[in-house]
Amino acid sequence: MYAFTYERPTSVDQAARLAAGGAKVLAGGQTLLASMKQRLSQPDTLADLAGIPELSGICREGDAFVIGAMTRHREVADHAELRSAIPALADLAAHIGDRQVRAMGTLGGSVANNDPSACYPSAVLALGATVHTTQRKIAADDFFLGMFSTALNDGELIKAISFPVAKGAAYMKFVQPASRFALVGVFVAQTASGVRVAVTGAGQGVFRHKGLEDALNKSFTVQSAASVAIDASALNADLHASAAYRANLISVQTQRAVAKILG
Amino acid sequence: MGASDFSKLPHIGESVRRKEDYRFLTGAGQYTDDITMPAQSYAVFVRSPYAHAVIKSIDTSAAAAMPGVIRVFVGTDLEGKMGGLPCGWLINNPDGSPMKEPPHPVLALGKARHVGDQVAMVVAETLEQARNASEAVVVDYEVLDAVTDVRDAAKGTALHEVSPDNHCYKWTLGDKGQVDAAFANAAHITKLDLINNRLVPNAMEPRCAIGNYNRATEEYVLYVANQNPHVERLLMTAFVLGLPEHKVRVIAPDVGGGFGSKIYLYAEDVALTWASKQINRSIKWTSDRSEAFLTDAHGRDHVSHAEMAMDKDGKFLAMRVHTDANLGAYLSTFSTAIPTILYATLLAGQYTCPQIYVEVDAWFTNTVPVDAYRGAGRPEATYLLERLVTRCGWELGLSQDEIRKRNFINTWPYQTPVALQYDIGDYLGCLTKAQELADVAGFEARKTASAAKGLLRGIGYSSYIEACGLAPSNVAGALGARAGLFECGEVRVHPTGSVTVFTGSHSHGQGHETTFAQVVAARLGIAVEAVDIVHGDTGRVPFGMGTYGSRSISVGGAAIMRALDKIEAKAKKIAAHLMESSDADVDFANGEFTVKGTDKKVTFGQVALTAYVPHNYPLDKLEPGLDETAFYDPTNFTYPSGTYICEVEIDPATGTTRVDRFSAVDDFGTIINPMIVEGQVHGGIVQGIGQALLENCVYDRETGQLLTGSFMDYAMPRADDFPDFKIDNICTPCTHNPLGTKGCGEAGAIGSPPAVINAVLDALRAVGVKEFDMPASPHRVWEAIQAAKA
Repeated sequence: MYAFTYERPTSVDQAARLAAGGAKVLAGGQTLLASMKQRLSQPDTLADLAGIPELSGICREGDAFVIGAMTRHREVADHAELRSAIPALADLAAHIGDRQVRAMGTLGGSVANNDPSACYPSAVLALGATVHTTQRKIAADDFFLGMFSTALNDGELIKAISFPVAKGAAYMKFVQPASRFALVGVFVAQTASGVRVAVTGAGQGVFRHKGLEDALNKSFTVQSAASVAIDASALNADLHASAAYRANLISVQTQRAVAKILG
Repeated sequence: MGASDFSKLPHIGESVRRKEDYRFLTGAGQYTDDITMPAQSYAVFVRSPYAHAVIKSIDTSAAAAMPGVIRVFVGTDLEGKMGGLPCGWLINNPDGSPMKEPPHPVLALGKARHVGDQVAMVVAETLEQARNASEAVVVDYEVLDAVTDVRDAAKGTALHEVSPDNHCYKWTLGDKGQVDAAFANAAHITKLDLINNRLVPNAMEPRCAIGNYNRATEEYVLYVANQNPHVERLLMTAFVLGLPEHKVRVIAPDVGGGFGSKIYLYAEDVALTWASKQINRSIKWTSDRSEAFLTDAHGRDHVSHAEMAMDKDGKFLAMRVHTDANLGAYLSTFSTAIPTILYATLLAGQYTCPQIYVEVDAWFTNTVPVDAYRGAGRPEATYLLERLVTRCGWELGLSQDEIRKRNFINTWPYQTPVALQYDIGDYLGCLTKAQELADVAGFEARKTASAAKGLLRGIGYSSYIEACGLAPSNVAGALGARAGLFECGEVRVHPTGSVTVFTGSHSHGQGHETTFAQVVAARLGIAVEAVDIVHGDTGRVPFGMGTYGSRSISVGGAAIMRALDKIEAKAKKIAAHLMESSDADVDFANGEFTVKGTDKKVTFGQVALTAYVPHNYPLDKLEPGLDETAFYDPTNFTYPSGTYICEVEIDPATGTTRVDRFSAVDDFGTIINPMIVEGQVHGGIVQGIGQALLENCVYDRETGQLLTGSFMDYAMPRADDFPDFKIDNICTPCTHNPLGTKGCGEAGAIGSPPAVINAVLDALRAVGVKEFDMPASPHRVWEAIQAAKA
């Protein structure tokens, strides 16, 4: 790790000013600190958001749960009211990384990083969540712009994410055997605006699968999901999975998510 | 004392809690990295980012000028001042010519030959300063073509001048003519191609070393995470640095796992030791995990073809095998013995196959050197043979147990056609017990239940044998070993009757401090707590060959037994004097000396005190003191054996393979501490299933980059990957050592991979899959199913 300056702002405004001035934001650090230890990342200044109480916490606002950006995975997993309203989201959080990662990692950190194999982006996208930032509100469909890339401007911070309660939802993660990140994760949600299917791990970033959504909007059944041919041409191929295998997993995991929602 | 008497002693067969665990579990262990010397400096190695490259120049000037930098060393600084790293085992070609033995410089000279090859060593006041400076060392590389796959080696760019075709040696065992003749008359021939995947050892504690030089005494001390400090010292002094052994002390304190990877003399150890005198400072180096992936000797990496000739009843007539073995970029310490002496000699397995011919070609590639890794040659032999035997059965329409039963050896001693003579075993007994443990009778019902869920279920057998207790030194010497393979033990009885044992074996997780203490306590009739075991220090232990090849109890323990024989003989003389009787009339049992036919007795404690306070003592005939040393050189290998039965359930939609049941019956001979043995078996099975399902070291075939260079891509087994194992034993005591023990450290890793893959293939046979290589990761299983469908 190279030497850096550590800042611990106590307000969102302070944090935003530091970020605008070039500070790297530390929001749990489960990706950033590991890369800094390996000297793959070399920030001059770290602005640790852990000292800003208003960024943490979960509350229900009407038909949505608003989750602060600095809320740890473990808090999302353990939140009784959320667990009963959107169990898929709590389950997703309960299976990110290991105990240590869940104790430190945060919703905002994961979503802002937009790792193409991360779990949270699929929930944000499938549930049609809204990202509240220091500057505006961004719809999930406009937020994720591909691998490690988002609509956030320089210095713009996520304050919270608002997840509408879905009629039914399930997240099926198929793990890469070594890292246990999502080799393919599929989040299926029955939302007010119809069925949304978000896929993580398979492409350049999280994406919605229109073919699956169309089929499931017509008929929300396992057979309907199974009938959709998944195009492998734009999918990732690497040491752990061919594109064809990832396409197969998108189909299988979608079917299993639908089966889980249908009980 | 003989093995049958020994096994009846108190504490033998008792699951005594591990004495060492309190300090480990409370963070009080003393590992090399926990040691800080006065005025210690830190080393960081500059490593080649290329798999194969000419080093055109190295500019260290910027690095040397950086804050805190003490010295930057490159290969030319060491040239002429030391030899290269030696290979400890000479293998000859069939024509008698020796293997190609290229130079293995401590810091690269002229060329880098694998990603991670050490090119320079930067020493600074702090680790951070050393790291910063290491990034300022400018190396001008001319990148060459790399070869990583052993099948590409012959046509790859040459790594070494002495080997233009990258060939190290060809080695054969057996009579080709007789084998070919047997094949010509066979009723059936079964053929098999397979790959034994390369593995990264990944001990929990990465390697670490501190080089230290004392200007006043002219002594070097090397602290190092190592499995055999005396061998490390011997190799370093005699072969590399030319130092007198009495001026070099090697200390391997608590060591957090080795699995073979800490047997060897590594470049870093030599560089730190030598450089500590150059700068007159202690120098510490601690490998990080990424560095461990790139520099710890890897394991396995064989590509083989095997054929079995049988008569019409499935009786084996002859076997022939060809193996290409990947040795990596340089010859590691015992690398050359692994695919030969420790591999081909095991290919008879548990079977009466009268003729076997084995041919091995060993190759250099631009990869990390390959050497012994838990099992070392024996897992490769067992995997090949047990896959082949199962396939023989299937091709003849015989069940996996039937083909084995028809060919089991059932008389001992048994001379195999591949040099080894098995002393004792009960192969049918192990198989039968394993079948009961595995509830084989219920398999079909479980298979039907799986099918109802859309899942494929398979069962796999593996009946392994291994040769442990390395080794009769004269035999090893005749086979090319450049060292002896005995062990040394010293038993020091203190005046108050407690005991310190100095053993040449080394514990890096095995629990010697408990098991060995049980042996001594049992023999002397004292409490286990009254015995301490000292190991891992050439300054305290007289000599030693270390721990590998499941040799510790059978060779190291036997040396302690011999020393105890001497202790007992001398103590009897002291007791006889105290009881005014003749030596021959004195018996010793349960810590008491008695005189036959009388009620006279003295305790062991009284005798110990008398030995050191010799007021009433036969000083004219006997030296005072009670401290004896023995060296034990085994007369044969030991032959643990067993049968493992694995049941897997495969989801054909995703390729996910789940080990549902795993049953293991081992014959380790006498068992001293069943809890520790069970732990060893668990760990071994986990590593074996790890190889079969998860672990796979992959290099990019074009660039030579290590693609699985971290735990993000190299899949280590985890607790939730496994069911509870069902484990049991049978016992046929080893006939030729005083304990009757055979060794248990590697069995699990040797026996389990073929059991798993036979189970996977049994399940996949239903959907037409015939060929499959490890690991059975979901992706690979799914691809195999798709290929079979196509």
